[in-house]
Parts: sequence; C-alpha cells; structure tokens
Amino acid sequence: MQELGKAESNSTRIIRQDDKRVIIEKDLDTEYMVLSMGPQHPSTHGVLRLECITDGEVVVEAEPYLGYLHRCFEKYCENVDYPGIVPYTDRMDYLAGMNSELAYCITVEKLLDIEIPRRVEFIRVIVSELNRIASHLVAIGTYGIDLGAFTPFLFCFRDREHIMNLLEWISGARMLYNYIWIGGLAYDVPADFKKRVAEFVTYFRPKAVELCKLLTENEIFVKRTYDIGIMPADVAINYGWSGPMLRGSGVKWDLRRNDPYSVYPELDFDVPVPDGKFSVVGDCLSRHLVRALEMEESLKIIEQCLDKMPEVQGFDSRALIPKKIRPKAGEVYGRAENPRGELGYYIVSDGKSTKPLRCKARSSCFVNLSAMKDLSKGQLIPDLVAIIGSIDIVLGEVDR
Amino acid sequence: MEEAANQMSQTVKESKAAYDIVRERFGNAVSEFDANPTMPFFEVLDASRWVDIALYMRDNSLLQFNYLACLSGVDYPEEQKLGIVCNFECIGKYTHRIAVKVKCQRDGGSIPSVSCVWHTANWHEREAYDMYGMVFEGHPELRRILCPEDWTGFPLRKDYQVQETYHGIKVPY
Repeated sequence: MQELGKAESNSTRIIRQDDKRVIIEKDLDTEYMVLSMGPQHPSTHGVLRLECITDGEVVVEAEPYLGYLHRCFEKYCENVDYPGIVPYTDRMDYLAGMNSELAYCITVEKLLDIEIPRRVEFIRVIVSELNRIASHLVAIGTYGIDLGAFTPFLFCFRDREHIMNLLEWISGARMLYNYIWIGGLAYDVPADFKKRVAEFVTYFRPKAVELCKLLTENEIFVKRTYDIGIMPADVAINYGWSGPMLRGSGVKWDLRRNDPYSVYPELDFDVPVPDGKFSVVGDCLSRHLVRALEMEESLKIIEQCLDKMPEVQGFDSRALIPKKIRPKAGEVYGRAENPRGELGYYIVSDGKSTKPLRCKARSSCFVNLSAMKDLSKGQLIPDLVAIIGSIDIVLGEVDR
Repeated sequence: MEEAANQMSQTVKESKAAYDIVRERFGNAVSEFDANPTMPFFEVLDASRWVDIALYMRDNSLLQFNYLACLSGVDYPEEQKLGIVCNFECIGKYTHRIAVKVKCQRDGGSIPSVSCVWHTANWHEREAYDMYGMVFEGHPELRRILCPEDWTGFPLRKDYQVQETYHGIKVPY
C-alpha cells in the first residue's frame, strides 16, 4: 500500500492498491459530536437540555428536551376549585405572575359573565404592565449576560427592585402574588399608590434610555445579534409564535389590540415592530428591540391608567367576588398578552362542580421554543446561545 | 332561527360564516355549528378527513386560518372517547376565529396529525399524546414531552391510577 499524498484537494487522501487508484478519504469530514447543553447550563435560563449534534463548531441539529420542571399544573387544576388555581398560575411564569393571573381570571370571568368594577380593571392593568416591565428587564439583563455584558444586568435588576417593592407593598409578596382574584382583587391599593407609581415612572424613563445606550447600541452586542437566527414572518405564524417573538418578525400582532380585554381599548399605545433600519427583520436583535421599546409603551399605559383610574371612597375590591364560583356548563378559550406572548387557558366546566373539568394552559414560551430545532440548524454554538436568549424562555411556563 | 341569529355576537357571526364555507365543501364530514358564545366550534365527524379539512382551512383564500393558537387534549369518559380541541385564528386579512373538535376511540384510537399543516401542532400533539395517549397518525416523532419517557399511564385521563414506584422512588403522597 503506497500513499500518493494529497493529490486532488487538500482533504482527499489517495492510495494505490492493486494498481488502482483508490480514494479512501474524501472531504475529511470531522466526526459528529453530541454535545449536551444543560439542564444546568446558565444560558438555558432554567432547566432545559439541548442535545446538539455538532460538526466542529457548527450545530447540525439541536433537539430540546423539557419536562425537568413539570409540576402537573393541569392535573392540579382538576382537583382544586376555581379560585384555588390562581396561586398555581403564579408559579407558571414566575417572572410575570400578575399577567398569568390576569389571563386566568379574565378567562373564568368570560365563563361566569360578570361585571368587573372599573377601578379594579385599571388596577389590574397597572400591576400587569408594571410586571411586564419587570419581566422585560430580566429578559434584557440576562440576554446581556448570555452575550458577555455583565453591567446592564445589574442596572436591570436595580430598576426591577423598585417594581418588586411596589408589588410587594400592594400584595404582600415579591414574585408569587395571588393578587388578582376572579371578580376582583385580593386588596385595594394603598392610599399613596398612585403617587409612588408616578414617581417610579418619572424615575424609570431616563433609565430606560440609559439601558438602551448601554446594551442596544453596544457594538459587541449588535454584532452578536445582528442577522442571527432569522425567522420569516409566515414561518413564525405557522410555528404559532406570539408576543415579542412574532412582532420581532415584523407582524403587528398584539392581543391587547387584536383581541382586546380589560380597559385596553380605551388606552393609547403603539405596538412596536422593527422596521429593518437598525436590524434585519426577524433576527435576534429585532426581538431584543421589540422588548426594549415595549417598556416605553408600558410606561405610557401606566401613566394613562393613573389619570383615568376612578377614586372610590371606601372601595371594597372583594365586594363583587361570587361566594361560590360555579360557572354554567360550557367551555371557553381565553387569553391575554403576556410579556412572552399569548398565554391562553382552555377551560371546560360541567356546570355542577366547583372544579373545572379540564384546564389547559397554552404556554407562550412552550410554543416559541418549539421552533428551536428549525432555528438552530447550521448556526455556530455561540450563536445558539444568542438564539435561546432571544426566545426569552421561563422554564416554569414551558414545563408547567 | 332568525332570532337566534340576531342574538349572536359579531365574533360568533364571523365564525358561522367561516363554518359555512367548510360545511359547503365537506358536507356531512363535519357536524352542525355550535354557537357557543365563549368559544364557537364545530366537530369533525369523519376523522379520516381531518387533514384535508385542516389544509382547506389554512389555504382557502376566504378562510386563511394560518394560526393555530391552541391544541388541547380532552377526555370524554361518558362517550368512551378521547379528543382534541383546536383554536384557530387568522393573522392578517381576517379577524375570524373558530374552534374544531376531533374525537377518537378511547382504547387504541388515533387521530391524523396536522403537524405538517401547522408546525406548532408538533409539540402540542406530543403533549396531548403524553397526557391522554391517543396516537397521532403521521406525526414525525410521537414521544412523551413533559413526563419521563418510561412513565406508565396517561396522567390526565379521568381513570388514571398513579404507579406505586418509579425507579424505586415512592410516587403517591
């Protein structure tokens, strides 16, 4: 056996065997390697495992494995009465508990067909928009950490602390509130609430601009996210994406506008959609931009709600809560715009029991994450981290 | 009948109009329209035509249900059936939305998979299989998604009995 060296190309080895030229190696493929990312990897934002098949630095395929945080939400629901489910909804998307509660409560209220006092509606919108800002701050801060920027994370958590204090003040808890109840609220807001929320809004406006300067206009950050993980609009819709993910692909779709609930129709706010000047529509940077711009819109909504919220002497936020919640037989699909997208509940009531026959939670990150396999094909491993970060998953909601 | 039509809200009327188009094409393969005010729906009676109906609903220029919002598995023990409920919506041209139910036999029943029509159905169907155990024919990789792969039983069935031990760990508490 005589080797003839690398004759045809650099990567082809040719030998002579029995007077014939035999190519024994062509294109010298590197061996595929299976790389398990997670479940305890910091960039997976919780306990998610990605099984990546890699060819050198390139990801051939990444398959997500979930279920590490599965707590049988839907099974619990069939064994607890309707108001008892509210604390469980907090524990799904623990970064945006108020929004999860709101989605659940408006769904059951649709089934019950009851009136909600206007003051309650405004308080609900204020707390859920505050929570939306807090949630986006975590999303933006941790996204910075994923890509190597540590300082914005500290800035985000400093500002988030103000919101946590406000929400702790009105509900008694920092993250798992159990504040929005079916037909009302656990407590009315304290006397100084409006003043302190207004103070926060004036405090936070310049901070949001500062944050943009630190991260969104940061050259390293832009280079890591620009033109990475592009999702075209039609594929995004086909994958059932919603929230900032779908808007990042250029679809102007916001349930607060397209399927309005609570008092959102009365309020004036924009739905930010990237225009392609600063980012490629549908890439990681677009999704980040949507979140950054949405915080400003939430501030606008909060300001308007503070103006419009009616003052009622001796207001009892529990006055209109039904004594026994037993909806008539029927089924309902209700949803609300969560910071991460559409959070929907499909509830079936048999009309006799105080427990739902079926309560399915349609989780926004679960659906957004399902496109991971498609998004990750052919990306570099560091870009994979950028893509997971831009999806902004909360594993509590993915696994339920 | 006219009175009932007048009482329908605008969203239910839109769903009814969408349903009429499907009914015209598929006739008795679909059931009557149920004008449920909170979730108007119809049922697919001939499950073997479910993929045809799904493709028609997505691609017909008057329907364009391009967004599958939710797909939930449901157990109907009194009918001895399992089923799925899909909530559809059109993003873009129209504002109509409608729900569709498909049912199958409780033991060994199967429903055609629509994951080729809407990618999002892939994980939703895996979840429905994980919780209820109905088989989705033609699904690219039908395996458990939330429960461990060697879990026994289907937890959300009404007659589910939890296993005593799992890998030597006591399960019921």
